[in-house]
Amino acid sequence: MELFNPNANIPFMSWRRISVTISLILVLASLVLVFTRGFNLALDFTGGTLVEVESEQALDTGAVRAALEKAGFGTVAVQSIGGAKAVAMRLPPTEGSISADQAQVETAKRVQLALADAGIQVVIKRSEFVGPQVGKELAEDGAVAVVFVLLTIMAYVAFRFEWRFGLSGIVGEVHDIIITLGFISLIDMDFDLTVLAALLTVAGYSINDKVVVFDRVREIFRSARKLGAEDTINKAINNTLSRTLITGVTTFMALLSLYFLGGPVVENFALTTIFGIIVGTASSIFFCNPMLLWLGVSKSDLQVVKKEDPALALRP
Amino acid sequence: MFEFPKWKFGLVAGLVFLAALYSLPNLFPQEPAIQISANRGATVDEVLQGRVEGALKGKKIDFFGLERTDTRLMVRVRSADDQLLAQTTLSEDLGDKFTVAMNLASTVPAWLQALHAKPMTLGLDLQGGVHFLMEVDQQAAREKLEERYVSEIYQLLRAEKIPYRSVVRTRDGLSINLLNVEDRAKALAEISGKAPDLITEEAVGADATVLVARIRPEKIAEAQKATIDQNITTLYKRVSELGVAEPIVQQQGQTRIVVQLPGIQDTAAAKKILGSTATLEYRAGNDSVNAVEAATTKRIPPDSKLYYDQNGTPVLLKKELIASGDQLVDATSGFDQQSGTPMVSVRLDSAGGRRMLDFTSENVGRPMGVVYIERVPETRIVDGKEVRTFKETQTVISLARINGVFSNSFQTTGLNSSQEASELALLLRAGSLAVPVDIIEERVIGPSLGRENIEAGIKAMAIGTAFIILFVMFYYKLVGIVTVIGLAVNMLLLVAILSILGATLTMPGIAGIVLTLGMAVDANVLIAERIREEVRAGNSPMAALRAGYEKAWGTILDANLTHVFASLAMFAFGSGPIRGFAITMFAGILTSMFSAVTVTQLIMALIYGRKRKVQAISV
Repeated sequence: MELFNPNANIPFMSWRRISVTISLILVLASLVLVFTRGFNLALDFTGGTLVEVESEQALDTGAVRAALEKAGFGTVAVQSIGGAKAVAMRLPPTEGSISADQAQVETAKRVQLALADAGIQVVIKRSEFVGPQVGKELAEDGAVAVVFVLLTIMAYVAFRFEWRFGLSGIVGEVHDIIITLGFISLIDMDFDLTVLAALLTVAGYSINDKVVVFDRVREIFRSARKLGAEDTINKAINNTLSRTLITGVTTFMALLSLYFLGGPVVENFALTTIFGIIVGTASSIFFCNPMLLWLGVSKSDLQVVKKEDPALALRP
Repeated sequence: MFEFPKWKFGLVAGLVFLAALYSLPNLFPQEPAIQISANRGATVDEVLQGRVEGALKGKKIDFFGLERTDTRLMVRVRSADDQLLAQTTLSEDLGDKFTVAMNLASTVPAWLQALHAKPMTLGLDLQGGVHFLMEVDQQAAREKLEERYVSEIYQLLRAEKIPYRSVVRTRDGLSINLLNVEDRAKALAEISGKAPDLITEEAVGADATVLVARIRPEKIAEAQKATIDQNITTLYKRVSELGVAEPIVQQQGQTRIVVQLPGIQDTAAAKKILGSTATLEYRAGNDSVNAVEAATTKRIPPDSKLYYDQNGTPVLLKKELIASGDQLVDATSGFDQQSGTPMVSVRLDSAGGRRMLDFTSENVGRPMGVVYIERVPETRIVDGKEVRTFKETQTVISLARINGVFSNSFQTTGLNSSQEASELALLLRAGSLAVPVDIIEERVIGPSLGRENIEAGIKAMAIGTAFIILFVMFYYKLVGIVTVIGLAVNMLLLVAILSILGATLTMPGIAGIVLTLGMAVDANVLIAERIREEVRAGNSPMAALRAGYEKAWGTILDANLTHVFASLAMFAFGSGPIRGFAITMFAGILTSMFSAVTVTQLIMALIYGRKRKVQAISV
């Protein structure tokens, strides 16, 4: 049983002008989003205190916020999580003199008391405190990690194939990551450490996809006698289409089950990875390969270098 | 290529068997238990057992599985709530002589344990507990080091009879002010010679009587490392005193220590014990001058210092120290025989004991004061930057006349409550922190959340796997079934490796396992698709099989290597749960390459290799 006609010859490359234009528009839009809207950075990066509580009755975020303000906590971001009975509160790092003992020691308990005063009985599920210094460091380390991954992958691909592949690979990667960041910004996702891990996973996965196509491109270039660059690339994509889509489906199943069943800790991770994989797969077909064409890839670049036999060279 | 030598089969089969064996412990969930061990001066015996049983029965806590060895007593309970109740009950009941710790007892059968097979350690987000990240105040460490050199230089100058005005700490180092210009060269030579850790030179500028000394950077680095090591040891002891079994106290980076306490819920108590730098000092009392008068007139004799006791009454104590908390060997709390007030019974080491002996024999009838010193860190945000200062409170908790001669073993009263006494005893026992620490990160996970996370993770894994298996079997038929067997082996290997490594499983780690599953299929899909292509191209079935594996291998290698880079980056730049995720992914890549290629090849060989003529590959 075949889901796709193996002898299909969809002329992907002939659509390259349109597809690259769409890709560039998406990248631009994402950049705009990132720089104007910014990210909803989680505690891991900003520092501060997070308290998660659960209650028997349904919790109204407005009431919770009012209760906390009355108790002197200032403006607190209150969010409903997983149903009406659980709520997460984020308190920014406190200004002014705080004794490391005091402010964070009993913050969770003080929150609980403040709510109890307002007649809301809650149970503390978890609480977190991250010092602002630590948060900043994690953010910096995270950015460095992403750059590191991109560079090593580019070097590896250039080494295994040829510099044009390395370049189009890295351009594709950057494209994927920027669009994923745009998505994160668009839906105001809580950007925490697991989302960062998801970004790195997406980087790894998307290059995986591109490498598979590049591999086939190289093979066809070397074997086919008279195919031009455009036809070669088209053929390569069509041949690997089946594999690309099947792998996509299976990884999807794994991620979807994580998203729906895995609970709040991995939810954002799963969502980011799902989105990133879709973008990554699309970009390997519609963005990277046009790059390859424009960079002027040809059969000769991929020829196995034949050593000159000195004896032969002497012959006329 | 599909005629494999028999030993290869044997090898792989053996590996799979081992993997299965070492994954088994994970099927045995751990049970909540209480572990009681004896401190100095106590023994684990039937008397203890009897007391424990009595106390538990008294609170109607259902227990079972009582195990007693020479060094500890372990009793299992039915639930985490029971465990908490049992721990509080028993610690109150048994007091200072015993440490009562909450523990997770293994239910792995003995024969597996003998093989060193153990289950994966669960991270805090799956177990519940407390995580602290503490920053060592290196500034304070440097100050302490400089103080030491200041007193060393004083001694040196006095020994060589070089008159001086002062030796002070400045921003740039130590400033040594001599009285006479002529002495400068001599002083320079002496200090450079006798204190090689200092770089001493003549001060630049007008004043010809000043020398400037800086500590060598290597020495500073060495001292910083030493303070962290010392702090880790102390924190570890304190944490053990708290009654946590299997705590984690580790260095992270240059200046930080991470402390993880599974099972603990009360952060307040934990933080107080961990961050506290309370200690005692014993000083001679000065009764020749009236303390109240000295306080009001502010005329304090040069050899004394003014303190206040708990009621605010001024007390004069001499500056010279008789003994301090550092010299303590042991401390227990209890109640004073005569007055019934809480007290701490103290034992000093030989040096401290000797000084105490000397002092008390010469000073019977004269007062001796005990100072309780506590440093509480305070962080202020000044101009957007964090400024850490310390608020040190020194209170005289006892001023008593020496009525007998004693050396290294004596009691100190004057504490506010038995709680304070036992806390002080704990701190004195565990040792003083070399340098104060600041808590910069704190996470508390409730136990119920931990359990929820585990359940969610397992469900996600199970359903995701089920879907993948069904789909693959349906789409790729026999090759699909072989793929599924490969996946099963993959999981076994992964779990076994993680269990043997003792890696910590966290929620992101579970996500990593699920992701590995999805991607492991990728390798097999590559192979299967390739086989189909070869068949379509008109190759014979066996040739198609061979070609499929051969040609797919290069691509599989490339693809997986890129994933390896991603996980290396996460490992290098991440911390905590992200690291767990990276390790799981890395191990998963290795196991999936092995099982997707080698294991499935062997199975294919078993199925197709023996037939004389293969009609078709079922793919």
